[in-house]
Amino acid sequence: MYNEKVLAHFKDPHNVGEMESPDGFAEVGSSECGDTMSMYLRVQDDRITDIKYKTYGCCAAIASSSIATDMVKGRTIEEAEALSKADIVAELGGLPDQKVHCSLMVEDAIKAAIADYKSKK
Amino acid sequence: MEIYLDHAATMHTDKRVLEVMRPFFEETYGNASSLHGFGRAAEKAVMKAREQTAHAIGAKAEEIYFTSGGTESDNWAIKGIAELAGRGHIITTSVEHHAVQDTCDYLKSRGFDVTFLPVDETGRVSLEAVKEAIQPDTILISIMFANNETGVLMPIAEIGKVARENDILFHTDAVQAVGHVPIDVNEMDIDLLSMSAHKFYGPKGIGALYVRQGVTIGRFMHGGAQERNVRAGTLNTPGIVGLGAAAQLAVDTMEENARHERMLANRLAEGLLALPETQLNGGEAARLPGHVNITFGGIEAEALMTFLDLEGIAVSTGSACSSGSLKPSYVLRAMGLSIEDARGSLRMTVGRDNNIEQIDTAIQKTKAAAERLQALSPLFAQRRGGKKYV
Repeated sequence: MYNEKVLAHFKDPHNVGEMESPDGFAEVGSSECGDTMSMYLRVQDDRITDIKYKTYGCCAAIASSSIATDMVKGRTIEEAEALSKADIVAELGGLPDQKVHCSLMVEDAIKAAIADYKSKK
Repeated sequence: MEIYLDHAATMHTDKRVLEVMRPFFEETYGNASSLHGFGRAAEKAVMKAREQTAHAIGAKAEEIYFTSGGTESDNWAIKGIAELAGRGHIITTSVEHHAVQDTCDYLKSRGFDVTFLPVDETGRVSLEAVKEAIQPDTILISIMFANNETGVLMPIAEIGKVARENDILFHTDAVQAVGHVPIDVNEMDIDLLSMSAHKFYGPKGIGALYVRQGVTIGRFMHGGAQERNVRAGTLNTPGIVGLGAAAQLAVDTMEENARHERMLANRLAEGLLALPETQLNGGEAARLPGHVNITFGGIEAEALMTFLDLEGIAVSTGSACSSGSLKPSYVLRAMGLSIEDARGSLRMTVGRDNNIEQIDTAIQKTKAAAERLQALSPLFAQRRGGKKYV
C-alpha cells in the first residue's frame, strides 16, 4: 500500500518535537479523518531556520509531516508558503488515493504557522 | 520472525483437513448430484460432511445447507425469511457484521421495518431491549453469536428463549463462534445459524446455513435442484468435505485450544495494558478465547498496525472487511467509545498455533511502536496533561 520512501519517513520521522516560544505556531486538524497536528516555526530574517511538529494520524500523515518539514526547513517564508500537497505527495513518490488528503493537513499546518508568524511580526 | 495475530480475519487450512480434501479434486471428482458411481462417491462424502457439520452445533444433518460462506449464509437467512413473509419487522443490533447489517439496511429500503438495538459499554445487547423491541409483526430476530471485532459473546440462549416464547424466528451469525465455543442449536433455541469454514481452520469459500427442521426459507440461488431444491449450484465437494473435517476437528480439540488461546490472549492483554491510556474493549464481558481488542489512547491504530506490519506482525484495526475505509469502528462507537478512542483501537486475535514466545515478542514490539507514536502525538501529550502551546 505504501512505498519504501513513505515507510522510511514513517518509521523514522524527521523534525519531530515541540519548541519553546516559537515564532510561528499552529494547530490544525483534518475535517476528513480527524488527524491533528501542531506545527512550530523558528524564523530569522524571513527564513525558516528550524521547524518542529507533532502529528496524530496514520502512516501517510506522519510521513507527509516528516518530508514536508524537511522541504521547508532553511527556505524563505515565501518559498514555504508556495508548498502544496501535490509537492509533498510527489516528493514522497506517491500516496494511495484515499490517503492523499493526509498531506493537505501538513500543507495547511505550515501555512497556518506562517500566518501566525506574520500576525505577530 | 513473522507472527500472525489476525485469526478473526482468517486462518490457514489445517493440513489434516487439506489431506481429506485432496482426493476430491483429482480422483473423486464426480458431481454429487450425478446418479453414476462417480457421483455417488462424491455424494457419500458430502453426506458424511453434512453429519460432521451438523454435529458441531447439535443439529441434524438434514438441517444443514452448504453455501459459499458466512456472507451468503447471512444474506440467505435474512432475505429468505423476509421475502417469504413479504413484510414485517426485523430485530437486530448495531454491532452486527456488515453481512447482516447491510442486508437489514437493504430490506429496510424494500419496505421492511428494522430495529437496530444498541449495546452497552461491554458490547452486549440487553435481553430487556430485545423483549421491548418485539412488535406484533416481528418476523425475525438476527443477533450475532460473538462479535468479530471484540469477541464479545451475546446472551444467545436467553434471546433464543424469548424468540421461541414469542413465536419469532431466531437467526444468529455464528461465523466467529463455531468451533471456538460450545453451541447447541436446540438448547439455545436457534432456528437459523450461519457459519464459515475458514474461521475454524477449514478452507475459504465454503460455509453452511443451519435451518431448523420445519422452518421454511425462500430460495436464494435459483437453478438446479441441489440442497433439497433451495440452494442451486453444483456442490463444492472438496470444500464441503473440508468444512466437515474442520468442524469435526474443531469440536474434538475445542477445550484444549480454547484454554491455550485464552492463556495467550490474557497474557497479551495484560502486557499491553501496562502502557498508559490503554483499555481492553469488551473486557467486562464473556468473550471468545482468542480476542484482544485494545484502545491505545491518543494514537492512531492504523499507524500502529503499519508499524507492526513492518516488523512482521499481522494485526488489524477492526474487521478486515472495512479496513481501507476512513470511518472508525461502528462496533466500538456503539459501545460508547469516542471517535478518537475508536480510531486508536487494535484487534489482535490469537490462534491455536501461537506460542508464548510469539506473544511476548508481540507485546514488546507493540509497546515499542506505541511509545514511538505516543511521543509523536499532540493528542497523547494532551491526555497526559501536557500543556498546549497557545
